[in-house]
Amino acid sequence: MRFAIQINEGPYTHQASDTAYQFTKAALEKGHEIFRVFFYHDGVNNGTRYTVPPQDDRNLQKLWSELAEKYKLDLVVCIAAAQRRGILDANEAKRQGKDGDNIAPGFRISGLGQLIEAGIQADRLIVFGD
Amino acid sequence: MSTLHTVNKSAYERNALKSCLDHALPGDAILLIEDGVLAARKGGSIAPALTAAKASCKIYALGPDLAARGIVAGQVLEGIETVDYAGFVDLAAGASRVCAWL
Amino acid sequence: MSDEQAKKKFFYLNRKAPYGTIYALESLEVVLIGAAFEQDVSLAFVDDGVFQLMDNQDAAGTGMKGFSKIYRALGDYEVRKLYVEKESLETRGLSIEDLMPITYEDENEDYAEKPSIILVGKSELAKIIADQDVVMSF
Repeated sequence: MRFAIQINEGPYTHQASDTAYQFTKAALEKGHEIFRVFFYHDGVNNGTRYTVPPQDDRNLQKLWSELAEKYKLDLVVCIAAAQRRGILDANEAKRQGKDGDNIAPGFRISGLGQLIEAGIQADRLIVFGD
Repeated sequence: MSTLHTVNKSAYERNALKSCLDHALPGDAILLIEDGVLAARKGGSIAPALTAAKASCKIYALGPDLAARGIVAGQVLEGIETVDYAGFVDLAAGASRVCAWL
Repeated sequence: MSDEQAKKKFFYLNRKAPYGTIYALESLEVVLIGAAFEQDVSLAFVDDGVFQLMDNQDAAGTGMKGFSKIYRALGDYEVRKLYVEKESLETRGLSIEDLMPITYEDENEDYAEKPSIILVGKSELAKIIADQDVVMSF
């Protein structure tokens, strides 16, 4: 089965990203396909590579990046939500005249249309949020 | 045809579970996750509402979330089935749609 | 997207009041973008979500961006089914008269203005949910 995942909250404050990660990992290990993981609202904060959690805690950004690499996942950060919250890739940083980017490996920034497309293409859309 | 409803809020703080129960149809599945699992503990004031809902819906609670919150096996309401993340995936795949009551 | 692909039923479940959190505004942004995909779209306003449609909203004093006018424009985006739950209104001491008028132009009836807000009871809404393909919760 083909799943799409929507994540509405950032890491650490809410459990949403943790639960979504565990769900996604379990689905992949069962042989299901993840069409896309779409990060919306504060969920875009999962996609910054500048987080440095304590060493004895999980690093959600790294977990997502590693899962993306292993399974060739499409991790999409909503551009409108990302601009509000300061998540930038190299192109956006240049376009907005900012002095650096912070997007994490395996994540890409794109439009809300990617969420709608995921809803259309996937058999099930699962929303994780607050 | 059925719906999998997910509830991630404590029923003692927000009305997500109540709203979910109000909109679940007979044959639907309800999965308590994150703080939603707090409702699954025996003896709570929300227990009668969940017990009543069991007559028409199947109710599940996410095991890792129960364990994280110190709710052990014998304390879970009778008839609520505990599932792991793989079980969550199976429930989502088995339903026609997933409706999150955030 | 190919024409052969059947339309999906997209359902936006709005349960939160505007301004206190960003969910109402960013949900609306998805609805507007989603309109271009020509799917079968409906919005539901349940619990505190009904406050999103309150008439006379004026956010100016908060310093936040007011966005209630966008709901009135949904008809122009072919978004014509706004389900408002009766019990949610009643619990909050509201009636449909407290909500802003939202209409669309019906091209099949000489562009007559018709109301987009559909008042439904919770049992009716439960059946509507059971008929959807994609449920987006905000």
